[in-house]
Amino acid sequence: MSGQGQRLNVVPTVTVLGVVKARLIGATKGHQLLKKKSDALTVQFRQILKRIVQAKETMGDSLKASSFSLTEAKYTAGDSIKYVVLENVGSATVKVRAKQDNVAGVKLPKFEYFTEAGETKNDLTGLARGGQQIQLCRSSFIKAVEVLVELASLQTSFLTLDEAIKTTNRRVNALENVVKPKLENTISYIKGELDELEREEFFRLKKIQGFKRREVEKQMLLNKKHAEVAALKQTASLNGGRGQSDNNLLQLEADADEDIIF
Amino acid sequence: MATNSALLAIIGDEDTVTGFLLAGVGNVDLRRKTNYLIVDDKTSVKTIEEAFKEFTAREDIAIILISQYVANMIRFVVDQFNKPLPAILEIPSKDHPYDPSQDSILARVKHMFSSDPSGPSSRY
Repeated sequence: MSGQGQRLNVVPTVTVLGVVKARLIGATKGHQLLKKKSDALTVQFRQILKRIVQAKETMGDSLKASSFSLTEAKYTAGDSIKYVVLENVGSATVKVRAKQDNVAGVKLPKFEYFTEAGETKNDLTGLARGGQQIQLCRSSFIKAVEVLVELASLQTSFLTLDEAIKTTNRRVNALENVVKPKLENTISYIKGELDELEREEFFRLKKIQGFKRREVEKQMLLNKKHAEVAALKQTASLNGGRGQSDNNLLQLEADADEDIIF
Repeated sequence: MATNSALLAIIGDEDTVTGFLLAGVGNVDLRRKTNYLIVDDKTSVKTIEEAFKEFTAREDIAIILISQYVANMIRFVVDQFNKPLPAILEIPSKDHPYDPSQDSILARVKHMFSSDPSGPSSRY
């Protein structure tokens, strides 16, 4: 067979044919579903791509603004402000919370930023001078953090989706190009084998039929001969004469003919 | 994330880190371990690399902000890291303008977009 490697190694029977057909149906359905899933993921993916590009631009702008406001703060409050800030680090007030979004069975992590209630030591930073600039700087950095957290969740979704799409596509392709052809080949192989068997069976039956008919004809011929011979003998023994035997023979032949027709 | 609340980590130059600390991102735990690293001229690549690896290994960090020029110094480590969590974000710093083509994520985004007609015009 040409497609020996492309089919399952099965015994060609009707039962196995049924099983393989059921598997083919299952594979087709699975392929359809996975294709749909892949499409849904791709739609989501495209949206995320667009939003990532936008968010990256926003991030650039907001960070530029933050840097500038930090420079302003430094100018008014003096360069030593950074040491105060660095020394005052305690526990974080800005944190992120992770949520999960579900897109077609793929869990996408989603970050949400929140400020933990609690007084920061930085509230009093710059009390001596430049306090307002410092608070402005602070709020602009908080805004930057907001954008960055948004971007981070987009980026994480991007990576997760990318991976999920790859896996799904691999499965779709595997079903389409390996599993389905294999099952189809198996089905056609089994069908071919079954047809072959049927032909063989048919031929065998025909042969037997012909053989039987020949046997019957032979038997009939034999019977007829026997009957003729028996009749001849009978007439010969009854009349004893030769004159009438021809007549009787004719009669007998007619009878025998009738028998054959009958 | 077991605790459902996580920190941000920062690796960057002094100004960037100061700004984010001012916003309240900074955290110092009981063992005096910080969630930020200030990179200056004297900081060796090895130190940055170790800090990056430590931040990525920590459970309580969800996002790592890293200045792009610092990321370029340890590019091989950043590129090697391909887990979704924590998210690595390359941010521009004051002295170094942002170059999107160097961002390992954005490079991939651009690559995807290049086959998409609705994307930016930067086609290869």
